[in-house]
Amino acid sequence: MVDTILFIIFAIVAIVSGFNLVLQKQPIASALSLIGVMGSLAVLYLLLGAEFLAMAQMIVYGGAVMVLFVLVIMLLNAGREKSSAKSWFAQIAGLPLLLCLVALLGFLIRAILPPMRSVEFGSWVGGTAEHIGQLLFTTYLLPFEVISILILIAILGAVVLAQKELD
Amino acid sequence: MNFFIVSIIKIVLVFAIFMTTLAYLQWVERKVLAHIQSRTGPLRVGPHGLMQPLADVFKLLTKEDLLPPYVNKFFYLLAPFIAVCLALISISIIPFGPEIEVGGTRTYMQISDVNVGILFILAISSISVYGVALAGWSSNNKYSLMGALRSSAQMISYELPLTLVIVCPLLLANHLSLRAISDSQAGYYLGFIPRWSIFQMPFPQIFGFLIFMVAAFAETNRLPFDLPEAENELVAGFHTEYSSMKFACFFMSEYANMVTITCVATLLFLGGWHPLFPAPYSNWVATAVLLFAAIACFFQAIRPARKRDRYTFPVFGIGFLILAALWAVPSFQTILVPIFWFAAKVAFLLFTYIWVRGTLPRFRYDQLMHFAWTFLFPCALLNLLLTALFVAVF
Repeated sequence: MVDTILFIIFAIVAIVSGFNLVLQKQPIASALSLIGVMGSLAVLYLLLGAEFLAMAQMIVYGGAVMVLFVLVIMLLNAGREKSSAKSWFAQIAGLPLLLCLVALLGFLIRAILPPMRSVEFGSWVGGTAEHIGQLLFTTYLLPFEVISILILIAILGAVVLAQKELD
Repeated sequence: MNFFIVSIIKIVLVFAIFMTTLAYLQWVERKVLAHIQSRTGPLRVGPHGLMQPLADVFKLLTKEDLLPPYVNKFFYLLAPFIAVCLALISISIIPFGPEIEVGGTRTYMQISDVNVGILFILAISSISVYGVALAGWSSNNKYSLMGALRSSAQMISYELPLTLVIVCPLLLANHLSLRAISDSQAGYYLGFIPRWSIFQMPFPQIFGFLIFMVAAFAETNRLPFDLPEAENELVAGFHTEYSSMKFACFFMSEYANMVTITCVATLLFLGGWHPLFPAPYSNWVATAVLLFAAIACFFQAIRPARKRDRYTFPVFGIGFLILAALWAVPSFQTILVPIFWFAAKVAFLLFTYIWVRGTLPRFRYDQLMHFAWTFLFPCALLNLLLTALFVAVF
């Protein structure tokens, strides 16, 4: 009961924040809306029993990534967006094409994905740090290590590029 | 239904005690700093300035609430709200003691036991940057913006060693829940050395604890790392444009962060509520300390430094005597003794905060960053690797 109420509240928050992200003219307001989306997604993960994923979502996306976004916006002092005149094509065909896309996505999800059971909150217990650690170091060891090396290369690249700027 | 009633009682209790602590922490800080600098500190409002926090709250509430015309109104008003909410939220998962039984109901001395507790604390601390960053940006003032940028960069940089060092006690305890971490530190080696993380085999976390404390000073923007509000460079840093209650929010969030991070340090490294001495002796330490305080008060009353001390000190002495008697009642001891040890450790760490503030000068900003990235970060990494190695081998 409480789970359902919380789900409805945070699903609405996520969707409203998502719309707000696109509609806002002020870049920092968009960034904050994105944090709202991340935060409410974390709560939805928590409701499904994936507590480790929820916290990782908050630490990595809510904390690290979005702080960088906000800092960059603050440093560049990005002003309000100016809306350019819309092209005649977007004005005429925008809404029908959007509806087509949504319908197509809905059809593909129904057609391709296997039929799903209804979600039960709190019935799944595989979301603890222990379970995820087990999976990462047994079943998914190779992808995990490959991604680590990839990220290491990215960090090295960033350092090298920054070094060039400094010299 | 029972769960709701017990939870509400716990929330009210914790909130009341936490708020009082925040108010009086500021009085303690002013007093200790004053005595370090050979002054007396607040003395006028109430005996020994004890009513000073109330007077301060009243002053802040009744000051004019100024809204500068050039600020970005929405974010300007949102920032202190974010700061204070995120600072107060972490206390909800801090355990203060073991499971207790009051009138037939068993409950934890903790608002809620989250099984990813330490990650929750990290998540809250990593998003609490927004309060400061938004305050600085929306104020539309170069000093505020500089303060906010410094603060964000500093908090992000020091979060790395902090997180790396937090992992070490987790390796020793094999848990993420704060209650389980604290429980894994119960017991003694050879009957007298407590199994706290800083003494725990196979790899004692003494260096880890020191790194944690240094990073914690920087995380809470306290001296010697209070660059974000360095008053001789930046007026007041990110809260330059704030007044009255909105300023009080930032002020409160700073102290709340201090209390939370000392609580976390106590739970991770100093064994939480587990006493320094084995059980039969440790039950009487609180009584002994309070009795000593009472005797000191009476002694001061016999030889008063000021005239009114002759009347005020005996009152405090009697208060301490009553507290000592409370801690000596065996049926209360199961509840009160863990609280005493937890509070004593937190109070010691908070005193260290103030002590350091009164002793060390402020870093330069480049020194601060250099220290974090070239000294603290490698040290924390080395500490983590050694701990992992020892835990794996033994």
